Amino acid sequence: MIKGRKRVLAACAFLLVLSGSAGWGNAPDSPQERGRSESGTLGETEELSGSILLVGSTSMETYVRALAEGYMECHPNINVNAEFAGSGAGIEAVLGGTADIGNSSRSLNREEKEKGAVENVVAIDGIAVCVDRGNRVGGLTRQQLKDIYTGAVTNWSEVGGQDAPVVVVGREAGSGTRKAFEKLLDVEDRCAYANELDSEGAVMARVAATPGAIGYVSLQVADEHVNILALDGIVPAAGNLKDGKYILSRPFVMATFGEISEQNALVKSWFDYVLGGEGQRVAVSVGLLPVKDGSGAE
Amino acid sequence: MREGMKTKQNMLCPGSVMADRKKKAVVEGIAQAVFGVCASFVILVTASITVYMIGKGASAFWKVGVKEILFGTVWKPTAEKPSYGILYMILTSAVGTGLAVLLSVPIGVLTAVFLAEAADKRLAAVVKPAVELLAGIPSVIYGLLGISLLNPLMYRLELALFRDSPGHRFTGGANLLSAALVLAVMILPTVINISEAAIRGVQPGVRAASLALGGSRIQTIFCAVLPAAKSGIVTAVVLGVGRAVGEAMAITLVSGGCVNPPLPFYSVRFLATAIVSEMGYSSGLHRQMLFAIGLALLIFIMAVNTALTKIVKKGAENGG
Repeated sequence: MIKGRKRVLAACAFLLVLSGSAGWGNAPDSPQERGRSESGTLGETEELSGSILLVGSTSMETYVRALAEGYMECHPNINVNAEFAGSGAGIEAVLGGTADIGNSSRSLNREEKEKGAVENVVAIDGIAVCVDRGNRVGGLTRQQLKDIYTGAVTNWSEVGGQDAPVVVVGREAGSGTRKAFEKLLDVEDRCAYANELDSEGAVMARVAATPGAIGYVSLQVADEHVNILALDGIVPAAGNLKDGKYILSRPFVMATFGEISEQNALVKSWFDYVLGGEGQRVAVSVGLLPVKDGSGAE
Repeated sequence: MREGMKTKQNMLCPGSVMADRKKKAVVEGIAQAVFGVCASFVILVTASITVYMIGKGASAFWKVGVKEILFGTVWKPTAEKPSYGILYMILTSAVGTGLAVLLSVPIGVLTAVFLAEAADKRLAAVVKPAVELLAGIPSVIYGLLGISLLNPLMYRLELALFRDSPGHRFTGGANLLSAALVLAVMILPTVINISEAAIRGVQPGVRAASLALGGSRIQTIFCAVLPAAKSGIVTAVVLGVGRAVGEAMAITLVSGGCVNPPLPFYSVRFLATAIVSEMGYSSGLHRQMLFAIGLALLIFIMAVNTALTKIVKKGAENGG
């Protein structure tokens, strides 16, 4: 009697597992095909339906979410799904055909381009250098920032602040933000971090909570819990990014497998939106620099 | 005695008495098979994990070199000339776990003694659920509390201690000590629950004999009951070590995350956190290296478990 019930239970569990795994198998079914089969041939935006999958950089999360919201308002039949797994993972996903678009917060490297990934720059991001609210230092020169990150300066009094030790906070090896930051400052692999954290949120939390801490995050992530430093007297704001006056800026890339013109109708309409007036306004609204002005060319 | 058991069984399964011998044999056979399948499933899982980790992790050992990985101290996986030394991570995992166990075991065992031997019912009714609740708190919560409560306190201590040493790299309180404290709290429920069960499992005769010989309550607990519960307590330690070594989520928030030698006020990285923190962005050999770290972690845990189990066995033999 008991055994019989057990067998039924086991069978149920087995069926559950089966159905679960079957669902899993179907879900990520090659997005390119999905877009093609479901999109109309009329080319009218109202006719399009289906879903677009974006995978990639955590730094681009705010921006991509805002874009997806705006886009889905214009195209209610299209579902935009975004996953934030890191720049490298995003490009890998696009090359492997499991995502339509790979978000990357760094330029693509040669190897990735050779494999067929195309770099579509959709916005320019600034990296904000931030300190805790109690810090009296309002700005640093490029050299001072370098000295702090390489460990030559260890006390805020050396750069015009109060007598407090500097707690150098950074990202983990492999992070797009870290790569961009170290490259732009020319301190690659020479940084003496006291904390290596694995997300922008963790850096913000650590800097906000630690007196004397300094950290770097994507400009759109930095909020009122920290003070954002001016570099060489330039405050990171969209206007200054555009002129190239602010030294820490980098491209936001939406990589595709092959040119945009070779993509399915859904992805094309996504890029029409992102690079169009509306999408570029979204970029500005989250603190990024648009790549297309009225002129359209870049 | 035997007669009594038989009647008891008969009362529980009246059908089986009536059943003929053949039917009984079939049922026995099926039960045997079911148990076998369940047991071999566990073996299968363990074996396939081990094989998979060796398959994935060994290639990095092959490419970089066992000596460079296990005895190298520089971890720069993304540098132009990458370097993949994980010695400091191994040492950090060992020292951090050791510290956590040192902090946690005395508190845990004494709490277990309190619950099993000394507490009056009302007090135990408060402590017991508290311990169970502690076991149920997700590890990320420990991390958040660590980052917002423990780290600032630790930073004050750090500032006070290293005021006059300019060479010290200030970590903002995210250091080995913070990590060990958080780990100690996390393994406390495991240690308490299993030790308590072990103490309760000691035969009443042991206590009675000690008391009859004129031992006080404290003497009875420390000289008779605890030695008798020794193997259960070591099991508690083994499980605690297992949890501490594998913990990543809480530790990644409070330990600082830099690869440094395991000194109390240094920002450090454990084996488990190394995998978690770099998985998102790694590629190529760097990613293979993370699997190699996973393999090292697996071997580390197996070694610790085997060693502790051996100690238990030896103790049991010596203890008679």
